[in-house]
Amino acid sequence: MAAFEPVLSRNWNVAQSHTLPVYESRGGYQAARKALTQMDPDGVVNLIKDSELRGRGGAGFPCGLKWSFLPKDRKETLMCINADESEPATFNNRILMEKDPHQLIEGIIIGCFATKATAAYLYVRFEYIKAYQILERAIDEARAKGYLGKNIFGSGFDLEIWVHRGAGAYICGEETGLIESLEGKRGWPRIKPPFPAVEGAFKKPTVVNNVETLACVPHIVERGADWFKSMGTPKSYGPKLYCISGHVNKQTCVELPLGITCRELIEVHGQGVWKGRKAKAVVPGGISMGLLSADELDTPLDFEAIRKPGCLGLGTAAVTVIDDQTSIVDYLYNCARFFAHESCGQCTPCREGTAWIYKTMKRIKLGGGRMEDLTVLGGIQANLGITPGTTICGLADGAAWPIKNALAKFRPELEEYIKTHQDPRYAVTPLQTAITMGSPTTAAVTPVSIGMSSPTGALRSPHSS
Amino acid sequence: MSTVAAPLLNEGIRAKIRAYIGRYPSKKAVTLPALHIVHESLRCVPFQAMAEIAEILEITPAEVHDTMSFYGFFPQAPIGDVRLWVCRSLSCMLTGGEEMLEVTCAKLGLHGSGQTSSDGKVTVEFAECLGICDFAPAALADDGRIYGPLTEEKVNAMIADVKRGPQPIL
Ligand SMILES: Cc1cc2nc3c(=O)[nH]c(=O)nc-3n(C[C@H](O)[C@H](O)[C@H](O)COP(=O)(O)O)c2cc1C
Ligand code: SF4
Ligand code: FES
Repeated sequence: MAAFEPVLSRNWNVAQSHTLPVYESRGGYQAARKALTQMDPDGVVNLIKDSELRGRGGAGFPCGLKWSFLPKDRKETLMCINADESEPATFNNRILMEKDPHQLIEGIIIGCFATKATAAYLYVRFEYIKAYQILERAIDEARAKGYLGKNIFGSGFDLEIWVHRGAGAYICGEETGLIESLEGKRGWPRIKPPFPAVEGAFKKPTVVNNVETLACVPHIVERGADWFKSMGTPKSYGPKLYCISGHVNKQTCVELPLGITCRELIEVHGQGVWKGRKAKAVVPGGISMGLLSADELDTPLDFEAIRKPGCLGLGTAAVTVIDDQTSIVDYLYNCARFFAHESCGQCTPCREGTAWIYKTMKRIKLGGGRMEDLTVLGGIQANLGITPGTTICGLADGAAWPIKNALAKFRPELEEYIKTHQDPRYAVTPLQTAITMGSPTTAAVTPVSIGMSSPTGALRSPHSS
Repeated sequence: MSTVAAPLLNEGIRAKIRAYIGRYPSKKAVTLPALHIVHESLRCVPFQAMAEIAEILEITPAEVHDTMSFYGFFPQAPIGDVRLWVCRSLSCMLTGGEEMLEVTCAKLGLHGSGQTSSDGKVTVEFAECLGICDFAPAALADDGRIYGPLTEEKVNAMIADVKRGPQPIL
């Protein structure tokens, strides 16, 4: 096998890689020129279809296929570029935009030409402040050079790119939440269908693609579909930017062919687990994807193989290592808090379920866990998400998966934690027992006297003595 | 006798907001950019500003408020000169992020996330993943400065740096 040659990250170590002259000196904008002057839109769509490029934003949907869902008789098309990147442990889009904004702009130009989109909205999470400033400059440079605006490369094709900044909401990364947010509304995901390709932003046919997906496009135009398919594993082709963080010696982002094993990623690129410890578990693609146990680390990180050990999917391919000194309860508590905080609240199972999981995990963590909590958690997660069909979007599935995988892979540890972490302050009260039994007795409702004096200056209620 | 409140948004702010209108097929889409523009200059978005944004965009103040309230991002009373987010999500938590948030608050004399230092220079808030996990445990200032991997000592340096006020990063 030929040695792997990184393409997405090839300019990252070049000085001033974010500027137009440097990008052009490294062959930049030649692929856009080729597509716009030598190919027709359908030709580009077919090329991307042939490459079997799958979306890098989380769902892994085939990019060319998505582009071909646009209605044939459409009058106008919009593109939204998803740079909301907020899945915990994920930061590859940030580096792509900070280090090589023109590669993304070139991908957008080709993607818009292929889909006949004349306006592109680049939705960047607010916290990517440097990336935002760099992108604004890069877009100005490209416009001044005639790569954006009217009649690009004399092809008759017009395009404007506008950067739209988010405001700290994870859910705006879901493609229809993003569209609602772009329209100036709350970022509430829409019920699908209609899919964005038919009715998206401002009621117009809209393509939503991730930053890394579009960054692959110029390289496919330049080198061809066969080159792309020469890397990776069946159904998961091409290069991928893997993020590694948590309990490793080196937290970093590295470009590799799809399908590297989790173990190799940690040992070679993350330089091993920190402090000479061992990994207890590994989150394979952002916290929504669930987790791998230590004996599943030889799993290839591609779109297909990752499902075998029960993970939701490849997600963002952002790996977080959890060492053997860390409690799975801490991991679950952290994930539960995140999803309870980020649920948009539209769907009852998600709004209530994420809050319930969080409250339960908090109580377990603090020493008030009960064995039956694990059964209850198992029940909540099984009814949460688009997998069981109870919610509008996939945030809920992401909230369910850490619980699902931890119950399947770490149940003995969870039981042991509950047994050994019992704090009397969180013990079941007589009133709670009575309510559970359905027969409140007078004994049970007698106020329990708490050994604490009332705070001075506290408001006196009419009933207190 | 009634008085008409003087406009809160000056002509400079209004011009910046109007400049966004041509970018979108609807004026309402300018809501988020307008909120950011106002927040950047006033360090908050009071109710009167929402009403004035609504007037410029020809929508109702309620619509602006509806959108604004969804994003727990825009305070209605001014925050410090620099907003400092300390991450509490998984990769940062594993490497000590929660402790760093506590230490940061303690060193600034704050009782928790969301408070502003008494000199008005910095507001500390917890954040979910900031997308800078390669710096975990990490913090981010709202002018784009990244801090991390944090340790107790590095928090001192971070606070000193943040207290210099907002800085250009490019
Ligand atoms: C809760 C949630 C959050 C998401 N966040 C992001 C995100 O931050 N960035 C992203 O590209 N896709 C995100 N997605 C996936 C998008 O909905 C969509 O599938 C993707 O942007 C499509 O682009 P792609 O086909 O190029 O991957 C998220 C999905 C869900 C359900
Ligand atoms: S699943 Fe959750 S986040 Fe998604 S739309 Fe429903 S409530 Fe909102
Ligand atoms: S988990 Fe803290 S920046 Fe990503």
